Order: sequence, then C-alpha cells, then structure tokens
Amino acid sequence: MTGMNHIAILPILIPMAAMVFNLLVGDGRSNRRIIGINIGFSVLLLLVSILLLAVLAQSSTAAAAVYPLGNWPVPFGIVLVADRLAAVMVLTTSILSLAALIFASARWHSRGTNFFPLFHALVMGLNGAFLTGDLFNLFVFFELLLAASYGLALHGGGRNRVRAAMHYIVINLVASFLFLIGVALIYGTTGTLNMADIARAVPHIAPDDLGLFEAGVAVLGIAFLIKAGSWPLHFWLPNTYSSAAPPVAALFAIMTKVGFYAILRLWTLVFANQTGPELAFGQNVLFVLGIATVAYGSVGALSSKALDRLASYLILVSAGTLLLAVAYNVPGVTTGALYYVVVATLAAGALFLLKDVIDQVLPAEAQILAVSLEFYGDEEEVLDEDQEVSRSFPAAATLLGWCFAIAALVMAGLPPLSGFLSKFAMLSAAFGAANAPTAATWWITGALIVSGLFVLIAMVRNGINIFWTSLPGDGGLALRPLEVGPIMVLLALCVLMAVFAGPALSYFADTAQFIHSPQNYIDLVLPKGETP
Amino acid sequence: MELTLALAIGVLSASGVYLLLRPRTFQVIIGLSLVSYAVNLFILSMGRLRMDAAPILSGADADIANYADPVPQALVLTAIVIGFAMTALFLVVLLAARGLSGSDHVDGKGD
Repeated sequence: MTGMNHIAILPILIPMAAMVFNLLVGDGRSNRRIIGINIGFSVLLLLVSILLLAVLAQSSTAAAAVYPLGNWPVPFGIVLVADRLAAVMVLTTSILSLAALIFASARWHSRGTNFFPLFHALVMGLNGAFLTGDLFNLFVFFELLLAASYGLALHGGGRNRVRAAMHYIVINLVASFLFLIGVALIYGTTGTLNMADIARAVPHIAPDDLGLFEAGVAVLGIAFLIKAGSWPLHFWLPNTYSSAAPPVAALFAIMTKVGFYAILRLWTLVFANQTGPELAFGQNVLFVLGIATVAYGSVGALSSKALDRLASYLILVSAGTLLLAVAYNVPGVTTGALYYVVVATLAAGALFLLKDVIDQVLPAEAQILAVSLEFYGDEEEVLDEDQEVSRSFPAAATLLGWCFAIAALVMAGLPPLSGFLSKFAMLSAAFGAANAPTAATWWITGALIVSGLFVLIAMVRNGINIFWTSLPGDGGLALRPLEVGPIMVLLALCVLMAVFAGPALSYFADTAQFIHSPQNYIDLVLPKGETP
Repeated sequence: MELTLALAIGVLSASGVYLLLRPRTFQVIIGLSLVSYAVNLFILSMGRLRMDAAPILSGADADIANYADPVPQALVLTAIVIGFAMTALFLVVLLAARGLSGSDHVDGKGD
C-alpha cells in the first residue's frame, strides 16, 4: 500500500487549501461562485474520505495508511496513521461538514465575517486530530480546531453567543493546559511522544517513574473528558451548543467525539491489555463518569423545552454512552459504540439543523412562547429579507415531521432504525462477554434503556409542542431546499446505516478487533526490529 | 535549582488558579497567563534540568549525556506561541462581552 499512504494527508490538506483559498479571495459571502467553490472543496474532501475508507475496507484488517511527515523516521518525526478507526471518524466529519456547509450557504454564512475559512479550519483540525499518531501533534490539531471553534461559536454575534463563547474559551484554555501537563509528564517518563512508541515503552518504564506516568495519563484523561463533555466537566456544553449558530452547532456535534476518540485510542493502546490496578482504576472512573453523564443528560433532556437545548443534552447522553462503552473494554461493545458514534453524530447534527428550519416556519407567537419558556434568548434573529423568496411547499409540515420522527427514533434508540441496532449491538456484546452478566453489564443495560426512554419522552413532548400545537395547519410552509436537503440526507444516511447494518457492523467489528490488539498498531507504525 | 523551579511553578499555578476562579474577566485572563507560565516551566523541567548544556549535538562521536534534551524546548516554544495567540483571542472576546453586557463580570451580570 505504499502509494496509497499519501491518502492519509489529503483530509488535512484539502480543508487547508480551502482555508487558504478563502483568505486569498477575501470575504466572498455574497458571491455565489465562491460559495460554490467552498462546497466543491467539501465534496472533494468527502470523496477522498470515501476513498480512504474503501481502500482500508478492501485491504486486510491490520492495514493502515502510515504517512511520516517530511519523511522523518518514526518515532523521531511526526507520523499520520489512517487506520480504520480514523477513517470512520474522518468520513463522519466529512459528511457532517458538507451537510452543515450546504445548510449554511443558504443564509447563515452571511451573518458574520469569515465563516468559510473558520469552517474549513475546524474541519482541518478535526481530521488532523483523528489522523495523527503523535501526542503533541494531537495537541496542535486540538488547538487548531478549538481556535476555529471559538470564532465559529461567536458567528452571528449577539450577547448570548459572546457570553457562552467566553465561558467556552476559558474552559478549553484550562483544558489545553492540562493537556500540556499530561503530555509533558508522559514525555518525561517515556521519552517519546509517538503514540505507538509510548505503547511500546510503557512496560519498560522504571518502577519509580510509573506513578508519575500514570499521573500524567490521568491529567491527560481529564483534558479529554472535558472535551468529551463528561459529567462533571460538561457544564460549558449545553450553553455553548444551544447558542451557537445552527450549522456551527451541527458541526460541533462531532467535537465531543474527538474527546471520545482520543480516550478510546490512548486507552486501548496503553492500558487495555494490562491487568494491573491501573486498568481497574481507569475502568471504574470511566464507568462511573459514563453513568453520571448519561443520567445528567437524560434529566437535562427532560427539563429542556427548546429544541436546540434538548439536542445539546442529547449530545451529553451520547457522550456518556460512549464513555460507558470505552470503560467496558470488550471488542464487541466497541463495535456497537463505533456504529453508535456515527449515527448519533449524524442525527444530532440533523437535529440542530432541523431546529433552525422549524424556527423559521413557526408562527411568531409560538416562538415568543418558546423563548420565554426557556428564558434564554434575548437576541432572536430578525427574519431575513429573503424570507419571502423561498417557495411554499405543500405538505412541508409532514416532511419536517418525518425528519423529526426519524431523528427521535435514532436518538432514543427505538427499532427499526440504526440507534436501536447500535444499542442492541453494545448490549448483546456486553452480555456475550466472558463471565457476563456482571454488575457492570446491568448498569450499562439500565443506563442505555432508561436514557432511551427519557430521550423518547423529551422528544415526543417537543414534537407535540411543535407539530401539533404550534405549526399553522394549512400545510403549505416556506422551506429552502438548500436547508431541508442536508437534513434529509443526514437522516437518510441514518436509515441507510440500518438497512446496511450487516456490512457496517462487520467493518466496525474488524476495527474494534484492530484497536483492541495494540500490537498491530505498534508494528504498523514503528519500524521492525526496534529495540527498547 | 530544582527547589527554585518547583517553588516558581507552584506559586505561579496557585496564583493563576486563584485568579481563574475570580468573577472579573480581567482577573481570569491574568490567571490564564500565570497558569500558562507555570505550564511552560513545567514542560521545560520534564526534559530534566541541566546547566550549561547545549541542546544541539555537535560532532559525530559526541556523548549524549553532555547535552540537554531539545524536545521539551521545541514543545515549549509551540506551547508559548499557541498560548499567546489564544490569550489574544480571549482578550478580544472579553472586550466584546464588556461592550455588549456593560459589565466585566464573567456572567455579564451587574455588580
């Protein structure tokens, strides 16, 4: 696969090229051709991601594209590793970003300056974080995506957004410092920053240094948990997500998954195959945090009346579910979790976009009601001047209702859609594992099922509020195809994931097997015959 | 030297955390700066403390034991640059929040 190794860097280079292009042409928000080129860049990224996934799916399970930057020998240089896990995350990012970009190009991009370069910078940071095989490089990509997300969280302006973004920035800056402390401690004890090399060096750490190394990993873990939105480090999340512009919030839906990805990657590489007290400690902590996050997210979902706030709490529920799956540390559960991360991200993104469309068609008095109920908005956007331009669809309310229902089914995990399949895959693997069912099995079962019920109640109540009591009854509503299209595509993908669940799950099963045997990853990245 | 550095890191991070928890945005930004100094010193110390040792190897048969570790120095440089940029960005948001809410409280409330 030597020729294909170059694919690994393309998901980073394409958004970077798009960013540079936008900076060169200046603020082209009213120019249709520039908007088209931006969408073109995103389509190109999507094609490359599909190619990367297809290439990996056809090669052997242990294959990955390894790209040493500047051709510096590993572990001295930085290396990009596109294995199956990274490829899935990159593809999810590409799909979500294309949908959000098309949605934004209808009107949101013109609400502030420099939407497109920031948007592409965020995508570049996300892809880089998924692809890198170097801990410090991960920090740099984290900072890149955070810097872009600060700008995007402020997009559109207004008092609420600035206040939420300020909290978000402070918390993430502190998290970055924790990240640095963790990385420094790991470097100080292992003498390397390459993830594969760290995994190789861990068994050889001097006993005196082991405590220091574990402290470093714990500090690093806290930084990741802040990004992943784990209880009790998540208080920034609902405010930031619900006050960000809808296409931005949709893309933010994958940002918590970066934290999950980093935890999963390092956890499986460094600790999962050990049997010492470290494993039990980490498992217990992640498990308790996961349960608490699911519980908090479910209760929060029940308590929120505005749809964007509800979607933010759904993000918390999915973050907690993923933490539980990581803590369970069984390949089968990880398989379900990977399936879950894709569908939950797409559905949550669609929900954020749907909220904006619903807001536009709701009669003004219903909006005022929703706002005063939530006591959150004091800067509700004035209607656009081009509101009149968009066509009026018959049966538009039905269309929106179906979109909402599909999103609700996926998020709550009801059959027959993919949300149910992912939860079922996790639970059946949890019960099928060795010496199951343990207390942990029952906890994870309870958490997944009860949270599903809570989410369902919250979604149904919201749906009744919107579609049965607030929407005008004559059926003809003004919708923009550019805005409804991406939502339908995202939800259609969730449905397709259920239809093609067999191939998808077998791919994820191979992925889970690969990441649960870290020796594969180490052999892949490090040159053979490397002695400690 | 170890004691001096440890004390410096401890004092910087303690004052930084104290200021971070204060309600005024200006105190928060000063706190962030102090914490970032502490973190930078900490990264540097993770490459072991050496006096009068160059980080660049010279000569083919040089003994590595006589040199300082260059990696933490490179890391610290990156961390300083990123931290500086983020602080500048935060300053802008702080001013925007001050202008929009008319208060320098982190929650935008009056006194």
